[in-house]
Order: sequence, then structure tokens, then C-alpha cells
Amino acid sequence: MKHASLSIANPAPLMTSLRHKIALAAAVLGGLLLVVVWASGQAPAAWWLLFLSLSLFGLGLGLYVKETYFGQPAGVRHHLLWFKSITARGVWAWVLGVLFTGFYVCLYWFPQYLQGLIRLFDPLSRVFRNTAADQWFVYGSLYTLALLYMGVRFIAKYRYNRYQVIRTISVMFFQFGFAWMLPGLLLRLQQPELYFTYFWPLNYFYGTPNAHDYFTGTGNLGTFFFFFGLVMFFVASPILTYFYGKRWYCSWVCGCGGLAETAGDPFRHLSDKSLGAWKLERWMIHSVLVFVTVTTALLWINAFNGRFLFGGASETLYKTYAFLVGSVFSGVVGVGFYPLLGSRVWCRFGCPMAAWLGIWQKKKSKFRITVNGGQCISCGNCSSFCEMGIDVRQYAQRGQDVVRASCVGCGLCAAVCPRGVLRLENAAEDVGQRAQSVRNGGE
Amino acid sequence: MNIIILGNGVSGITAARFIRKKSDCNITVVSDESDQFFSRTALMYVFMGHMRLRDLNPYESWFWDKNNIHLLRDRAESVDFFSKKIHLASGQILTYDKLVIATGSAYRLPEARGLELDGVQGMYHLADLENMERHAAYMNTLSPNDPARRAVVVGGGLIGIEMAEMWHTRGIPVTFLIREKSYWSGILPPDESAMVGRHLQKHHIDLRLDTTLDAILPDAQNQRCTAVKTNTGEVIPCSFAGLSIGVAPNVDFLRGSALDMAQGVLVNEYLQTNQPDVYAIGDCAELRQPAPGRRAVEALWYTGRAMGEALADTLCGDPRVYQQGIWFNSAKFFDIEYQVYGFAPAGQEKDTATLFWQHPEEDKSIRLFYAADGGRILGFVLMGVRYRHEVCERWIQQGAHVETVLQNLGMANFDSEFSTQHEAKLVALYNKNTGASLQLQKRRGLGTVLHFLRQTSKT
Repeated sequence: MKHASLSIANPAPLMTSLRHKIALAAAVLGGLLLVVVWASGQAPAAWWLLFLSLSLFGLGLGLYVKETYFGQPAGVRHHLLWFKSITARGVWAWVLGVLFTGFYVCLYWFPQYLQGLIRLFDPLSRVFRNTAADQWFVYGSLYTLALLYMGVRFIAKYRYNRYQVIRTISVMFFQFGFAWMLPGLLLRLQQPELYFTYFWPLNYFYGTPNAHDYFTGTGNLGTFFFFFGLVMFFVASPILTYFYGKRWYCSWVCGCGGLAETAGDPFRHLSDKSLGAWKLERWMIHSVLVFVTVTTALLWINAFNGRFLFGGASETLYKTYAFLVGSVFSGVVGVGFYPLLGSRVWCRFGCPMAAWLGIWQKKKSKFRITVNGGQCISCGNCSSFCEMGIDVRQYAQRGQDVVRASCVGCGLCAAVCPRGVLRLENAAEDVGQRAQSVRNGGE
Repeated sequence: MNIIILGNGVSGITAARFIRKKSDCNITVVSDESDQFFSRTALMYVFMGHMRLRDLNPYESWFWDKNNIHLLRDRAESVDFFSKKIHLASGQILTYDKLVIATGSAYRLPEARGLELDGVQGMYHLADLENMERHAAYMNTLSPNDPARRAVVVGGGLIGIEMAEMWHTRGIPVTFLIREKSYWSGILPPDESAMVGRHLQKHHIDLRLDTTLDAILPDAQNQRCTAVKTNTGEVIPCSFAGLSIGVAPNVDFLRGSALDMAQGVLVNEYLQTNQPDVYAIGDCAELRQPAPGRRAVEALWYTGRAMGEALADTLCGDPRVYQQGIWFNSAKFFDIEYQVYGFAPAGQEKDTATLFWQHPEEDKSIRLFYAADGGRILGFVLMGVRYRHEVCERWIQQGAHVETVLQNLGMANFDSEFSTQHEAKLVALYNKNTGASLQLQKRRGLGTVLHFLRQTSKT
């Protein structure tokens, strides 16, 4: 075996192959169709235009992914990330950030400018939900599609790690089944539109007296849903977090987390790992939890004493929360700024549900990331690809368990580690005491 | 007390950090390579675009001020051990009470013509990475069909395969010259070595076995390397020739002084040199009496860290012997992770038996070494599979019987949740070979492991 090479040709990753170009062309044409109809501002004559547009986009992306990731052995493929404009906060990242942000601004406050796009979704909405489309149906559908399409890309990219594959199938399933299909079907059956994957306080409305009146007023299913949400928050969340960590929700079920994991994956390395960011994170996320709790409590007090105590103040507070946190933070900043701040800004700094689960994870959970003896070489891949900005290396190089409130258990740190140092674990033993001395050889 | 540390790599910085934990003496760390400590092991990821240079700093810049560790960007030119003075390149003279030499390695040069040409280098220093970027920029100016748009890597060690991967991710074709009959065959057993070879071919690396460097050929201006000539007489056009035939202690500035040296700076079990109050740690230290089966110079990340930690105790008045402990190491060959624990010879050894399982399709394998007589477990070699350090170490320490190890082998697995465990296949293989009827009893998981570690530490 002297000249052992199969080929001296290199796949040349910097070059774009013909198939890449065809794939890109299909995806861009699909996107262009959406934009053209949107710009026309009116319902298109043909019902299949939406189908054509989304299929072209999906096919193009699928082909692109196949060409990119299946043309080589499976493994860590973060090549050239910091050299590409779109993933390194360059020109394209800025353009994309402004586009996303602008879309969210239209969606929340100027839906009249989305008319053409909304009308394009009418045929689908009528067949599926038996009603005309509105901006929220369009948003939900595009959101789900983005998660599914980019979920396929994620699976292709990380196919060498089964935890990543199964976890991603899970978020795709929950988003498609429980956050898109089921609410639509319920609406068709003239039931309230329920999202079983969101609870108060992430959905701040679900815990209010108005929500209570609305859901219980719609019958048994609505009543069940309202109390299901309470049980999930007060009982199921602490128990599940005790056994598995907050990942059972944040990186397996939640739609916000799901989008961040899939569509946000190209931007996960942009999170800020500094100590300053960690301090800010703790202040912000717990403030939001207090804010939403106080607001909801005031609404209930008011509801019981007939607006006697606070008058309109509690409603004003609620509206302030809805605007600042519900719209500006979670949507405009949270998703709009993916290409600039990273994919988990909302989850890390703003989500009150994450704050609640994080408290349990930190104080009372079996979940932790363990370190494999002395194998760490401080390379920093783990920290780089932590979307939550945890400086994992700081723990790994000391041989110390990672027990952090913010860790969503995505497992990327373990998946990118070149020396097999990190592992996500739920230990039956050793709750409360971290058994570091035992693992480090009884010192 | 004034402690001066020459070198801001993992050895020197670990020493500084642990001294600071125990003492408030003055600590000065001298380096001309970088302003602060960075992970040398991750240089390749910067070139590959996975990380930025600043992501390589394990500590933020405020860390050094906060811990009162003084960093000096300068170069030690000579040391006067009698008057305890260090002469720096800037002309400044430092006086020490204790001196720690932690100057790391420098890459070795082969015997060949053309080593002085631009485009010929090893990869160890930050400056080497910067030079590789310069050559990458040059290669981008060549037309895609230009045969000189190629990198040749000479020597099949860990740095060589890293350089091959670095160029490969930049879309530059790579020819990899290896002196041996298969990759890293001095360290890896033949099956594992062959697996890496096949893996390299899957990545379209032009692998040349049994091939060495004869000369590096210059361009018309006698400036840049344009081709590599091999021992077979073949001329391979290229604009970069990477040298990876190993590293040696970076201690040339101390040669000819009163310091007792061989390959590196000679130290005793307390990491002390022959000069009073002078110590050496890390890649540049050479142990006078290495542990049986271990080398006197071990240029590894974790040995540097362990030496720094041990020395900090000694310098703070609590003398501690540096223990080499049970051998372990890890690496990554493109996509194949490699781990080794304990005794793991590359060739057939007398008195040593081996049990080897290999995945039929994927690049994964598990190998156990044990005493042919008595069955005592000796070592593990893992390819594409992760094993838990503490568990393997404990088994080796205690001289566990291979059959005990096999029945509990699942416990050693450190792969991600949901990944397939292959330990049962090893047990089946052993049963088939020996006629035994062992059963795999334990699976992976921290709970099981903690229980095992607690139980065995009592006995």
C-alpha cells in the first residue's frame, strides 16, 4: 500500500458545486414567490402557489444540506464559521438581522402590511382550520416550517451523535404536532385554540383571570387546559427537572427553544461567554420572573376584589409586560437578533419559564454535565458552541461538574469536544453533594 | 519572595495559579509569544474557522490583575544562576528568589535541503499559525488548477494530521508523507493505525506511506517552496511544506550555562534542577528518574498541568513529589476520537494478551490489554468510543482481572446518551475465544460509577 490514496482531488469546501447552485436557485425562487405575492398585497388566483413556493424552498434547502453534509464522513463540521459573513456578524448577518427584526415589527404592530402574505395562506387555513388566515396563522406556519426545515439540516449536520438526532426529532414533533396541528384542528372543531407546549409564565396570558374565564367558558376541554397548565407549572416542572434537568422542556419540547436549536444553530457560537454577561443574565431573567409573577398576582387580586384595590394599574402593568417582554424581547430581539447576538438570547436573558426551571435545576436536580478525569485540554470548543454562553471550559479544565441554572442540556458541548471529556448525566446517587473528590481519585 | 516563571503555557500558568492560591508572593510570568495564556492545543480550530484567537484564552484579561499575576511580554536571553539574574531581550534584568523554567517545546527539523524557504515550517507557536494564514492567502491567489495549490505534510505524528486537517478544511489538497508503513504505527496497534489510514482516504488526503522527505525545492527567486522531493525521487508541487517529525525541549538559550541538561533541563522528583532555587516543568523538563515504562520528557498538556500543580506545593513550602501516575492520553484524527489508558503497546508483546473489537462499518474500536498469565488488566485503546478515565484507571491500579473488567465494562462507557454501547460484543468475543460464559452486567451512568469508585477506594 504505497500510494494509498483513493483520490487526490479535494472536495474543496470553499467552492460551490453545481448541485449547490441548483439547490440555492430553487430555494431562492421559492422565497421570491412568497415576496412577490406579499408585495402584490392581494389573494393570488391559484391556491397551489403557496404549496409551490414552500416546496421549492424545502427542496432547495434539502438538496443543499445533502450536498454539504452527506458528501463527507460524519463529524464536527463548524468549518469556516468565523470566516463567513453570515455566521461571523458580517454584512449578511446584519442584513438578515434587520430583515428578521422588520418582519417581527410588521407582525406585531403593522399586520396590514402583511396582507398579501396572509391572503396567500388563506386556502391552506380554510382547508385545515375552516377559517380565513390571519397574521398569527402565517407566523405559526412559517415558524413551524423554519423549525422543520432547519431541523432536517441539524440532524444531517450532527448525525454522528444520537442524542442530537433524537432530541431534534422531539422538538420537531412537538412543534408540528402540538403547536401547529393540534391548535388548528381544535379551531376546526370549534374548540379554543390551545397550545399544549406552552404554559404560564412563558405564555403570560395563560395564567390570568381573563384566561381562566375564557377557557372555563368554552367547556370541559378549556377547563382541563387551564388546570393542565397550572399542574405543569407547579407539579410536573419541578419533578421532571429533578429527574432530567430543564432540558426536558427547553431543548426537547419548547417551540422557542426548538427554533433556537434548529434555525438558530448557525449562530449558536455568537453567545457572550464573559463573566459580565453571566451576571447580567442572572439579574435580567429573575427580574422578568418577578415582573410576570407580580403582574399576574395583581390581576387576580383585582379580579377578586372587583378592581377595588389597584383600579386600572394592574391592566396597565400587564400591557407593559406584554409589550416589553412578550413582543419586543421574545420576538423582535429574541429571534430578530439571532445573527448578531446568538440563538438563545431570549431563553438566556428573558424567559421566565427558563428562570423557574433554572432555579430547580440549580437547587434540586440530578442533572449535570460531568467531566472525564484529566482528559480536558482547555481547547474551548465546549464554551464556543454553548448557545447559553456558559464557559464550560472553566469547569472542564478543573474536572468539575457543570451545574448551571441556564444550561438547557442541548449536549453540543459534549458533541463537539475533541477529547471525549463531557457527558450529560442524571445520576441516581449523589444529589446535593457533587462527589467531586470521589471522581478525582479520592483526594 | 519573587517568583519568576519563564513561559506562559499551561505548565507555567498552572504553577502561577496554584502558587497564588497558597501564597501572596510576587509572581512574574515572562513570555514573548503572547500577551496572555492561550490554548496551544486549539490553534488548529482558529485556522479552521471554528474559533477566534481570543476564544483560545481560558481566562479573561481581568483575571491576571485580579489575581495579581504579573505578565511580562519579553524574552529571556540568558540566566546568571550565581547572582540569580535573568537577562531579557529588552535589556531589562530581573532578579529572582525562585525561578521556574517552563519554556515548552520547539519543533524538530529534518535533515533536508530547503528548510529555510518560505512556506516551510512546523506548527507549535502562535507565529506558526500566523504564517500558515499568510501561506493560505498566497494559495488563494493561485488558480484552482495550479498544482502548487497544495500542502505537503511531512511526518505522521499528531501535529502532522492536524496540519492535514487544517489545510483540508480550507479547500487545499493535502499530500501526507509518512515514513512508516502505516500512520503512527509506533504508537497505535496495527488495526487502529490502518483505521486512521482508511479514514484519511475517506477525506481525500493523498497519503504516501513508506515515504520520506529528500529535499524542498525553491522557486526561481530562491524564496518560496514550490515542490517537495521524496526519497522515491517524486517531485510533488506545493506551496507549503509542513514539518511534523516531533518536538524537542525549547531550552537552547540555556545551553552552555551551569544548568545540568540533557535533551531538556534535568530535574529530580521535586522538579528541582541542579541549580539552587531553579525548577523546570512541562515539555522542557527532563526527569532524571522517570517511572518505569514512562519517558523522561513528556510533551503533553496534562503532564505540564500536573507538574505545575505539584511544583506550586513545593514552592509554597510543602514539598511534593511529582508522580507520573497511570498513563493516559487522547487525540483526534479528523473525525476519529482516540483515547488510551494504561499500558498499550503498538506491537505484539510477550506475556501480553489483547482483546480487540472493531465496528463492521463505522470507524470505532475497543481494545483491551491484559496479562497473558493471570489475566490482570493492563490497558485500553479506544477509537471513536469514549471511556471514563476514573474507571479505567481504577481497574488498572487495582490490577483487576480481565473477566471482572469485561463483566463490568459497560460502566466504563462515556459516550452520549442514546448512543449504542458495544461492550456486549467484546464479552461475546472473549467468550468465543476462551470458551468462558461471561455476561455483561453493568451499563454506563454516573450512579453506577460513583458506587464502584466509592466501593473500591475503601478496599
